[in-house]
Amino acid sequence: MAVMTMRDALNQALSEELARDENVFLMGEEVAEYQGAYKVTRGLLEKYGPKRVIDTPITELGFAGLGVGAAMAGLRPIVEFMTFNFSILATDQIINSAAKMLYMSAGQFKIPIVFRGPGGSAYQVSSQHSQALESWYAYFPGLKVVMPSTPADAKGLLKSAIRDDDPVIFIEQERMYGMKGEVPEDVDFTIPLGLGEVKREGSDATIIARSLMVPIALQAADELDKQGVSCEVIDPRTIRPLDIETIVKSVEKTNRVVIAEESHPFCSVAAEISAQITERAFDYLDAPVKRVSGADVPMPYAKNLEKLAIPGVEQLVAAVREVSYL
Amino acid sequence: MATQVVMPKLSPTMEEGQLSRWLKKEGDKVSMGEPLAEIDTDKATMEMQALSNGVLRKILINEGDSAPLGQPIAIIGEPDEDISELLKSAQTAKSAKVDAAPAKLPESEAAPPVETASPAKDRDQVRPSIAPVSGDGQRAAEAAPGGRVLISPIAARMAADAGIDLNSLRGSGPSGRIIKRDVEEAISGRGKQTAPRLRVVTPMRTGKPVSFEPSAYRDEPLSEMRRTIARRLVTSLGPVPHFFLTTEIDMERAADLRRSLNEIDPELKVSINDVVIKVAAAALMQHPQVNASFQEKTVRYYEHADIGVAVATDNGLITPIIRSADVKSLSEIAVEARELATRARARKLKPEEYTGATFSISNLGMFGIDEFTAVINPPEGAILAIGAMSPKPVARDNQVVIRQTMRVTMSCDHRVVDGAIGAQFLQTFKKILENPLYLFV
Repeated sequence: MAVMTMRDALNQALSEELARDENVFLMGEEVAEYQGAYKVTRGLLEKYGPKRVIDTPITELGFAGLGVGAAMAGLRPIVEFMTFNFSILATDQIINSAAKMLYMSAGQFKIPIVFRGPGGSAYQVSSQHSQALESWYAYFPGLKVVMPSTPADAKGLLKSAIRDDDPVIFIEQERMYGMKGEVPEDVDFTIPLGLGEVKREGSDATIIARSLMVPIALQAADELDKQGVSCEVIDPRTIRPLDIETIVKSVEKTNRVVIAEESHPFCSVAAEISAQITERAFDYLDAPVKRVSGADVPMPYAKNLEKLAIPGVEQLVAAVREVSYL
Repeated sequence: MATQVVMPKLSPTMEEGQLSRWLKKEGDKVSMGEPLAEIDTDKATMEMQALSNGVLRKILINEGDSAPLGQPIAIIGEPDEDISELLKSAQTAKSAKVDAAPAKLPESEAAPPVETASPAKDRDQVRPSIAPVSGDGQRAAEAAPGGRVLISPIAARMAADAGIDLNSLRGSGPSGRIIKRDVEEAISGRGKQTAPRLRVVTPMRTGKPVSFEPSAYRDEPLSEMRRTIARRLVTSLGPVPHFFLTTEIDMERAADLRRSLNEIDPELKVSINDVVIKVAAAALMQHPQVNASFQEKTVRYYEHADIGVAVATDNGLITPIIRSADVKSLSEIAVEARELATRARARKLKPEEYTGATFSISNLGMFGIDEFTAVINPPEGAILAIGAMSPKPVARDNQVVIRQTMRVTMSCDHRVVDGAIGAQFLQTFKKILENPLYLFV
């Protein structure tokens, strides 16, 4: 076990997988010479050379399509989007090619591609650069969507994503790149996709959170503990396929749920989880499922407004108290 | 054109039905012939089919509520049609029926319509309620606007499991919603109430007299089946002049027959009751005056023996019928009796399968009952009550031997069957059962 930042954990995962399988290669804007816009790919060009770590022009649709073609030809590309906001341009290749090629070719072409990069809010990067797109991508059969919230999860999940034969959307969080945590050093340490984790056990209420919201949920749980409410915090880790069983088991125990996310509320991942909870655990609910989502507005630029647009500890505490009738 | 869905007559004796389960929700598309709901009738749960196409616009009665025949229970129409007129006439029809026959709907009026989620397993709509405990226990449910009781799913289930009457709970959630905490408090409150009773017991050691309070009890609403059984029995034992004939039968040869048949073909699984049915049918053919029914102005004599076989189910007694048992073989009777009993217990009998027998047989032998008197199923003329078969000492040729013996009691409707007629039938029945070879001659 070593303590490292999420950035370094991701770097280790990439490096180990590049070493393990010569078909794995990495491409994106500034990933090679510049060492990565957020330094996640630091040192990789030097270690593995220009055939394995490739700088692309600023053409997301182009290099996403290139990646799909490379995958069809037998390689295992990792395509970095500087942020997932820029992936919007590439969605035709992601959705119509990567997601559907296995199905439409009757299994002849597998697409073991990983599209990775930071998503969601950052620091005052405003409306076009703060979007959380996981519910967009989770909508499509054929894609897997993964969102780590700790350095260990980031490393284990990224390695699994790279080894997975399906296209994986791997959404990191810029604000969390500097977060420190314990990470196993075994080169074969992986975390299976589709498996959630109980980040904190509790008995009175369940908080479901992902990515940026996980540390906030844990802080809210500490605060609520002082107020006599014991919270269980669940991080699904993989959005699609969703580990609904872990969630349902928790709801059966606590009878009340709050789902926290920084994305907009309409058609969000929380909406999907809420629907599934109602379908599977209706008889265990003492209160309606409560969602705490980001504000339903384009992300403001102003610092104070940006803060208000993203759920914080106070909002989560209030939500848990509400479903607890306190 | 929007149409009202009314409570249909799903069985000849049905007078009202209980809505067991809606199979469609408001807003669902419905086509003619599609199952719309499951309705509890007097004898079985039946599927009701939609008689028109459209969208289920409004559900007018909730699961668990009863409605007499013809009462509107739902409205089917186009998605955007105006159904206000139909709704209005449905409301007046409902209240008119309620005013006209208040005794008919005691269950659905006693408890205010409750918006609960019945746990998936508990389809039997038993709403237990405990006797109100004296003291501070009495707090009426704070009714939400519209008179509904709001309750969270888990609270509803906890209350049902603990046997707590929802009317005794006050909801502390929004709009008076009863929540888990309210039920928990009611349960622990009850615990406090029962604790003093334990203290009453200990004075026994000091020799002081102990007084116990009257037993606690719970009231369960009658299911349709229970209500029907009650109604029919009252029209039997009261009005029908019963008399009873008993005889003891040597069952050695019948038991042998059964054993032999089952050895020849283990698949047959013939039971003593199957033999009894066959023999009764044969006896009825020789005594057609017993295979009869009092019809007020006439006596009806049947050509075949359609024998009703009493089956005990979780919900009550029901008698599926083996038609023309006189012409069926023993194996056919055995298979049919088994199949009917299974379906009876699963409440899957069709009305024509349990109405219209010419004669009934009830067997309580498997419960160790030596003999009993059964109540006639009107309008049949008689019923045979079969007791347990057991080895008994009997006199044969001036010697005491052990024989398998069975006592049967026949109940007869004196308006159709006189003492001698009934006795002669029973004599033949006994003769054939003691010597099954008579079935061949």
